[in-house]
Amino acid sequence: MRALDQLREAMRPDRQWSFMYSQLDLDLDLSHGQILYLEDISVSFDGFKAINSLNFYVDVGELRCVIGPNGAGKTTMMDIITGKTRPDTGTAFFGQRIDLLQLNEAEIAQAGIGRKFQKPTVFEHHSVDENLELAMAGDKRVLPTLFARLSSAQRERIDEVLETIGLAARRDRPAGALSHGQKQWLEIGMLLMQNPHLLLVDEPAAGMTHQEMDRTAELLRSLAGRHSVVVVEHDMDFVRSIARRVTVLHQGSVLAEGSMDEVQNDPRVIEVYLGE
Amino acid sequence: MLGRRLAQARVTSRPFLRVPRAIRETLGSAGLILILACLFAPPWVAAAEAGLDAVLPQLTERSFKVKEQAVSDIAASGDPRAAELLKALLAGDLTSRKADDRIVLAERVGKGYRLTDALSGEDLGDVDRRGVKRITINNRMRVAIRAAIATLTLASPDPEKRRAAAAEMIGRDDADTVAAMRAQLVQEADAEVRELLTIGIAIAELGDADSAVRLRAIDALGGSLYPQARNVLTALLDDEPEAEVRAAAKQALDDIDALIAVNRAAETLFFGLSLGSVLVLAAIGLAITFGVMGVINMAHGELIMLGAYTTYLVQLALPEWVDWSLLIAVPAAFIVSGLFGIAIERGVIRFLYGRPLETLLATFGISLILQQLVRTVISAQNVVVENPSWMSGSLQVNPVLALTYNRLYILIFALLVFFALLVVLKRTPLGLQVRAVSQNRAMARAMGVRSARVDALTFGLGAGIAGVAGVALSQLTNVGPNMGQAYIIDSFMVVVFGGVGNLWGTLVGGLTLGVANKVMEPWTGAVLAKILVLVFIILFIQRRPRGLFPQRGRAAEG
Amino acid sequence: MALLRPLRGDTGGQIMFGVLALAMVLVPVLNLAVPEGNPLHLSTFTVTLLGKYLTYALLAVAVDLVWGYMGILSLGHGAFFALGGYAMGMYLMRQIGDRGVYGDPILPDFMVFLNWKELPWFWHGMDMFWLAALMVVLVPGLLAFVFGALAFRSRVTGVYLSIMTQALTYALMLAFFRNEMGFGGNNGLTDFKDILGFDLQADGTRVALFLASALALALGYLACRWIVTSRLGRVMVAIRDSEARVRFIGYRVEYVKLAVFTFSAMLAGIAGALYVPQVGIINPGELSPLNSIELVIWVAIGGRATLYGAVIGALVVNYGKSVFTGILPEAWLFVLGGLFVLVTLFLPRGIAGIAAMLRRRPAGEGTA
Repeated sequence: MRALDQLREAMRPDRQWSFMYSQLDLDLDLSHGQILYLEDISVSFDGFKAINSLNFYVDVGELRCVIGPNGAGKTTMMDIITGKTRPDTGTAFFGQRIDLLQLNEAEIAQAGIGRKFQKPTVFEHHSVDENLELAMAGDKRVLPTLFARLSSAQRERIDEVLETIGLAARRDRPAGALSHGQKQWLEIGMLLMQNPHLLLVDEPAAGMTHQEMDRTAELLRSLAGRHSVVVVEHDMDFVRSIARRVTVLHQGSVLAEGSMDEVQNDPRVIEVYLGE
Repeated sequence: MLGRRLAQARVTSRPFLRVPRAIRETLGSAGLILILACLFAPPWVAAAEAGLDAVLPQLTERSFKVKEQAVSDIAASGDPRAAELLKALLAGDLTSRKADDRIVLAERVGKGYRLTDALSGEDLGDVDRRGVKRITINNRMRVAIRAAIATLTLASPDPEKRRAAAAEMIGRDDADTVAAMRAQLVQEADAEVRELLTIGIAIAELGDADSAVRLRAIDALGGSLYPQARNVLTALLDDEPEAEVRAAAKQALDDIDALIAVNRAAETLFFGLSLGSVLVLAAIGLAITFGVMGVINMAHGELIMLGAYTTYLVQLALPEWVDWSLLIAVPAAFIVSGLFGIAIERGVIRFLYGRPLETLLATFGISLILQQLVRTVISAQNVVVENPSWMSGSLQVNPVLALTYNRLYILIFALLVFFALLVVLKRTPLGLQVRAVSQNRAMARAMGVRSARVDALTFGLGAGIAGVAGVALSQLTNVGPNMGQAYIIDSFMVVVFGGVGNLWGTLVGGLTLGVANKVMEPWTGAVLAKILVLVFIILFIQRRPRGLFPQRGRAAEG
Repeated sequence: MALLRPLRGDTGGQIMFGVLALAMVLVPVLNLAVPEGNPLHLSTFTVTLLGKYLTYALLAVAVDLVWGYMGILSLGHGAFFALGGYAMGMYLMRQIGDRGVYGDPILPDFMVFLNWKELPWFWHGMDMFWLAALMVVLVPGLLAFVFGALAFRSRVTGVYLSIMTQALTYALMLAFFRNEMGFGGNNGLTDFKDILGFDLQADGTRVALFLASALALALGYLACRWIVTSRLGRVMVAIRDSEARVRFIGYRVEYVKLAVFTFSAMLAGIAGALYVPQVGIINPGELSPLNSIELVIWVAIGGRATLYGAVIGALVVNYGKSVFTGILPEAWLFVLGGLFVLVTLFLPRGIAGIAAMLRRRPAGEGTA
């Protein structure tokens, strides 16, 4: 049995071999194999402790799922990582050296953390094409942006992503005219354009059909390895289809962590979640 | 009151008669006896009356010397009417009838005068302008008359009159006066008159040859806020030969200066609080609409202006009742501005919820319309709003600190309005609904709150308060169609500084800004002080974008 | 021509340019070549009036850039306009030389009147056109930069920001009203004689100023159009629609706002500098909060986020103002106030929106 497990472990799609590390920022130090460290994070809003001594670690190239009941603090945790909320205590590091608590949202995005939001927040007045162009990785300072022109390589990349998210036919339509599900895809597309090292994906399956969910799962699985992905989800089928490791959050801290089976059979989790 | 003002006006009067002490004392005692005799010897009155009869005609003489003598004779006569006569003489009401040189009191009636006999008060009928001949007096006489009046009134049964007389006497060191003061001090019961007399005596004693007396006098003057005390001490510092006395005088002066500085600070504080209370009144309506509803109302200044104009119209309608006009104007202004507010909300603002920038523009348009409306319907010029009599005058806390009543009342009024509003918002059902709607509209509606009605009423409340503020402002500044514009930016500054949506923040913010403004004024001047306050707030907002007391929960986003 | 490339896709702008080009030819001809008395003659007064309108149009375009495209409702742009105007005014005052009432070759009349003995430091060198021109752009730009740096970095947005801009222009107005500031107090700077050696009253100069205003409008418009059609323009619109989201994709929103706001202020300064020689006076009244709010309504009426809408709005409203104050001065404020209310309630897209509705194509969304 152990040999089988080891084999399975070696063969899993998001297994990171050191020779597979992509071109990394000099700043982003992944020498220890971990891309995200959250240690002893706490934050309260008006007396309500949203995050309570949270410890959360993500390996390079991992595909992690975070689940938990409503109010467990999943979105707040993402807010902290992306700089939208500052914790009261604790440390948050991106790689070995980048202190996330010292950076603002734009800097964190530039450093290589991308986020897809729970509610689609695409730019309604811009076309799909333009949304992707805006999200595209590159020099985002003022003057370079003013003089920027799309190179052919960049155009191809946009085309590629449009194919992946299935919106190639609608590239010139304003994003506000898309359906909810299509907006979700656009969000994912924008995330892809950012080409971040760490993707934070908040409820990608919401409002999607089964086929779309399958496509999303496939997409996420393919991303793992070159990128590190953290997915927050409620839909257990979806989670099962993508997850290697699952973290369960409850009342602002980690309740359990492990493979899907381990977590599902954990009595504490059952108690909190009442089954599925 | 008048006496004290007059006394204070004669500020740097150094004792002008350095008559040798012995002579002064003799004369003083003689005068004292005479006065006492006159006061306690009614049998003398009849003789005195005969005396007055004889003396009065002297006033018709041309010679000022003769007239001066007549004045002192009148004063010395002991006749109880002497003081009144002298007052009439001073005021120019004492004249002589040309026909028979009879001394009469002339009251202006139409183009002529109504005459009454000066002594008996008998009505002598009317006469035209040329029927009387003025009794002219010169300045020297004026001084003497005033002094005489003061001496006479010093023993008046009315403590106010005694106060006035004593204040008048301060700074004069002639023997008569000093003696009179001493005599009165012995029997004086009123504390303030005592102090005045003590000061007056002390000032006189500063010229005494004996340094011990002078020291005692300096001691008596220490801590006195009367300007005469200070002036005399300052003068003493120049002339004083003895070092010990000089040192004592310097110390006393320093003490006085320190006290004056404290009082000046208190005065600045008062003015600052007064200005702050005006700001609070103006801003509190805005705090409600902006803070609770998230609506920017650029017409707020005009709602204030409408309240001020309501006061004007009330006074126009009831010209006899100026003293009551404010009591009527407050509810009237509340209703008028409130109705306008509700109209604005129902007609324009409710279509623009969630679009604060558009609301800003639309309400600005309304402010222009309201201004032009007032210009067209009433007048483009400023109008005159009168102060009721009970608002005039001031509370004289001490000789250097006077708090004007109008500011005092407005300060109290602002606090009353604030607390009334607090009660309305915290204790009444409407207040509860308002707070609910502002925090979570959907939830409130789900619980049966008619949010549209609440919106209209809230806006009406804020507008009504603005109207009431206008009533108060009409008492302080000029009332014209543009007056609202001066307050709109200030009101916003107060609300933004104090914390949007927080009434206490508005109170603290407004009072703070008012005091800060006044504190800076002596150094920078009014305009620059205002500019600095504006700049300060701009910078403050960078540090604390939500103001002093940020609102929890749903804030006015946008 | 490459210069006109930003106009691609901007039908409104193209039409506007056409009209402008036509005007730039017709106006000089109708004023200078056609004799007076001829019904086609354009009076110099009208030339100056048109020139004034064009400077207003440039100012409106500057406001549309930050408001329509970035969502910053600046209610203090009049301050930048006035500061540019004052810089030009200072140059013109120095040009008067000894032809003033008091005849002092260095000190302007109002300084002599105040018994000042020498020029304040900031007046030195303002007799040189190049320095004055530099100040026209630098002073408003610097003010905008400092203000923006403070405001945008602390993420003050929306109505707060608008009130701050109002306070800014209000404070400046109070300051400039004081004689001690050295800008002529409440009388301002006036009685100008000539500019660059040309008599300000001469027809030729007036026409030249008109042409300069038209040119400035054209170039300013092209510059704004170029910005708006670039990727930065798309970022601007994204900021307008969803500022926080833009941060999350890595753009430094504060810097974008700062850059564009400063540029807009400089444009406004240039507009002010062209305005002053044509109207012959600059006084603190230009700094009044009312002026700044009024110019926002020009943009709103014309149609924000279109750029040419700002031009239309500025022209239409100011023309209407001239007409009304001529016939029914009492009614003008009613009309203006009414316009504010009506446009915000019923015409959020302004005149350009009407035009777009007629053409059945969405306009004013900021897309290239």
